[in-house]
This record gives sequence, C-alpha cells and structure tokens, in this order.
Amino acid sequence: MSKRTIIPFGPQHPVLPEPVHLDLVIEDEKVVEAIPSIGFIHRGLEKLVEKKEYTEMVYVIERICGICSFGHGWGCVGAIEGAMGIEVPQRADYLRTIWHELSRVHSHLLWLGLLADGFGFESLFNHCWRVREAVLDIFEETTGGRVIFSVCTVGGVRKDIDNATLRAISQKLEEIKKETQKLTGVFINDTSVKNRLCGVGYLSKEDATELCTVGPMARASGIVQDIRLTGNGVYDEIGFEPCVETAGDCWARCKVRIDEIYASINMIQTAIDKIPDTEIAVPVKGNFSGEFALRMEQPRGEAFYYAKGFDEPTKFMERMRVRTPTNMNIPAMVKTLQGCDLADVPMNILTIDPCISCTER
Amino acid sequence: MSYVAKSPWIIHYDGSSCNGCDIEVLACLTPMYDVERFGIVNTGNPKHADVFLITGAVNERNKGVIKQIYDQMPEPKVVVAVGICACSGGIWEECYNILGGTDKVIPVDCYVPGCAARPEAIIDGVVAGLGVLAEKRARMEKGLDPEGKDEAAPEAAVGAPEGTEASEAEKEA
Repeated sequence: MSKRTIIPFGPQHPVLPEPVHLDLVIEDEKVVEAIPSIGFIHRGLEKLVEKKEYTEMVYVIERICGICSFGHGWGCVGAIEGAMGIEVPQRADYLRTIWHELSRVHSHLLWLGLLADGFGFESLFNHCWRVREAVLDIFEETTGGRVIFSVCTVGGVRKDIDNATLRAISQKLEEIKKETQKLTGVFINDTSVKNRLCGVGYLSKEDATELCTVGPMARASGIVQDIRLTGNGVYDEIGFEPCVETAGDCWARCKVRIDEIYASINMIQTAIDKIPDTEIAVPVKGNFSGEFALRMEQPRGEAFYYAKGFDEPTKFMERMRVRTPTNMNIPAMVKTLQGCDLADVPMNILTIDPCISCTER
Repeated sequence: MSYVAKSPWIIHYDGSSCNGCDIEVLACLTPMYDVERFGIVNTGNPKHADVFLITGAVNERNKGVIKQIYDQMPEPKVVVAVGICACSGGIWEECYNILGGTDKVIPVDCYVPGCAARPEAIIDGVVAGLGVLAEKRARMEKGLDPEGKDEAAPEAAVGAPEGTEASEAEKEA
C-alpha cells in the first residue's frame, strides 16, 4: 500500500472564485477521501431579522448570493406573502417568472464558462461570458442592476417592463439562443472536452437519492425532481418540462444545464406572449404575523424558505430560515470525489455548481 | 494610463461576499471589458501578484487568510477593496460574525463602493491603484519603505522593514 498524503485545496484557489477548503487525502494519484471545511463566508444574516423590518429583510435575503439573487428575493417575499395571505397580481407573477428564468440563463452561462476555465479551455470561457453579457444588458435595461436587482417586493414587483420592451427582449433572446448554440456544441460534441467530462464523477441514481441531491445534479442522475413542477410562479401556464439525463457523470450535469438554458429561453418567450395587463403590485399595510414555508427551484436546485412572525403582529419577523441547494449537494460532491483522479478534482467540484455564499450565508 | 509601464497582475480573494462583486471582477477580464489588453492578468498565486482585489467583509474565519495572502505578496503591493462590504461591512455590518471592512486587517489603498460594484468602477479603482503602485515603486527605488512606515525615522528604517513586519505579524498570530 502506498503512502497517504493530504493535499489542501483552497480557500484561495484558482479554480473557484469562492473560498471553500478541502483536505484531499491522496494515495498515488487517487483521492481516497475529501474532507470539506466551510465557514469562510459565514455572515450570520438570518439573525438580521431582529434588526430589519420584514419589508427590508427581502433585500438582505437577496444578497445571500449575487448569482441567483432574484430567486432568493422571490423566495423571501413568497414566504412573507404566504404568511400574510397576500394575493399577487398576475402580471407581477409573470414578470417574476421572466426575471427568474433570465437569472437561470445567466447563471448557467456563467457556470459553463467557469467549467471551461476549469478544464483549461480559456477561449471558450471568454465566449460564454461574452454571451452572458447580453443577458446582463437585459437586466440592466429592465431593473437598473446587473447582478443585484431589488425589484421584488412584498405584494408584487417594483418595476414594470412595458410590452414593447418585452417584445424586444424576446427577439434579443433569439440572438442569445443562436450564440449559445455555437458554444454548447463544443461542450456536447468536442472530443477533448468529452475526455474531461464523460465518465468522470459518476453518481448513481440510488446514491443521488440517498444523499438528498437536488437540482441539476439530481436530474443528471435520472431523478425527475424540479420544484417548478409544483411551486409558485406561472410555470404551469408556460409549458414547463424538467430536463433529465441518466448518465450521472460530469457530462450529463453539463448537458442538463445546457438543456435548461434553451428551456428557459423558450419559457420566457412564451411568458412574454401570454403576459396579462394587470397591476404590478398590491399595497401592503400592517404588521407581520403567521408562519409559512416555501420551496423554489434556483439555478442550483431546490431552496427552502421559512418565515415566522411573533404571536403579536409586529414589523419584525421572529425567524427567517433559508436552506440552499449547494448545502444539499456537498455530500454528493464528497461522494464523487472519493476514488477520482487528483486531476479530476476541479471538474467534480465545479459540476455541482457550488455556491458557497449561499451555503454559508 | 501612461504610468502602466508594466503588466500589473491581480489576485482576487472573496472575503465574505455574496458573489455579486466576484462575478463582476471576473466580468472585467472577459471580452466585454477585457482588462487583459492593459496586461492585467488574474493570477491564483499571491507571489505573482501586484494588486490584491478583495470583495466582501472580513469575518473571524477569513481574517487570517486575508492577512496571509497579503503577507505573501511581494513589495510593492496595492490593496483594492471592491464593493461596499469590503469598504465598510455594508449591510452585514450589524451581523455577529462580521468584523467590518478590509481595513480592519490590512491597509487598503483604494475603495470601490457599490452593491454590486460595476465593472467600470472596478477598473477605475484598479487604475487608481496602479497610480499608488507607481508611487510605492518610486519610494522603494529611493530605498524607502513602500508603505511609508519609515516617514518618522528614515535612517533607521532602511533595510529593516522586512524584519519588523514579520515580527508584528507573528505577535498578532
């Protein structure tokens, strides 16, 4: 038996812009065990409920993560609206769905770029981010922000998109789709890319179920699980179908996310065709009370939001709890790292699409 | 930009940021903003870096990491705090785990506010930082301490700052 060595990975590491630390126990070139240690980005923001009113808390929760910020904001207002029994106007629901799906397109393009950077395909990384800028331009035009929007508010949305702009967005998405097709062909078909992805980091359906995997990671292992099938939003009206693969390796996870980009673009276009002309927000008055839990499908998987008020209604919530998708996928990542080659470690880590600032909050 | 005589390499560390500023830092490197045309390269190695871009507030867990990266960077070096969290703690200032802005642990030369800081602002901040870097380099060429620590007693400090800095770091650790 060869000697065991421990190689530290992170917290400052070129593969991942975010700090996570792993102790990789190595035997020759094989990883025997990976021991994660987290906490570098812990801020303790859930405790801010004591200091921020429930309407302000939305903007705090939105800043859990800058990549899926809109989804977090929506999850938070969804839980608050549920507890207070507020009905959101239809147009607000459509606009939220459009922004949320645009976030997914930008998040997956960003991830594809990071993956390309991870396996050393620098120009592909740059091209993915070039296409992503077009999505950010849409955000900037409609919300004023590039990554943090603060448009979701309790009772609806703060900004409307007029119908002419919506049609222009629909056309712009058509161009983004064409540009993306040129890039995703490389991820799916290129031999050298497939050499890095196919068969790497295999996770069986049984293991994925056992380890409570969520999101694209679960769907790549053949589990049909997507909160958009059951959750809030207008997904039942815009033809939502989950994207599922069965291979369970890094390539399948990449394929699921690529398919989701196209599915999201199609859904946004359908939503733009169907959007009704109603109010965009209802006035919200009074104090917060009650209790509500809500699930949302973020780009990285299922997120859970729980809001609870005091017995006496006040401006403050008693508790706001968020469980994020990466938190659930870390056990699966550790599982896929066991027995993999040292050179494949970045691929295994990247393909769960880790968001450490979500995990640690 | 005439003072960008050399290619400044940057290192980026995510303090406790929400990723918003981090992806904007990366966006600066990609075709839309493309700072590589000025020779600015993102490196993963502190020993290769001239500019330290730090996003997010400082917490108990990462203050040692930030200090370590800073100490490993060769002189002259510039620290740019990107985003309001790195400048002052931002909305996390009241959180129990947050110590405050980057300047609680290491000296900061440029502050780039914003939530999230826009790529244009980040580039502006780095360019301002390069001016500071040129000043520090000029000080070093005169045999002075780049951080200006020897201003009170210039004779005593020449040749000594390395040693005093290390012992200070040890005391804090």
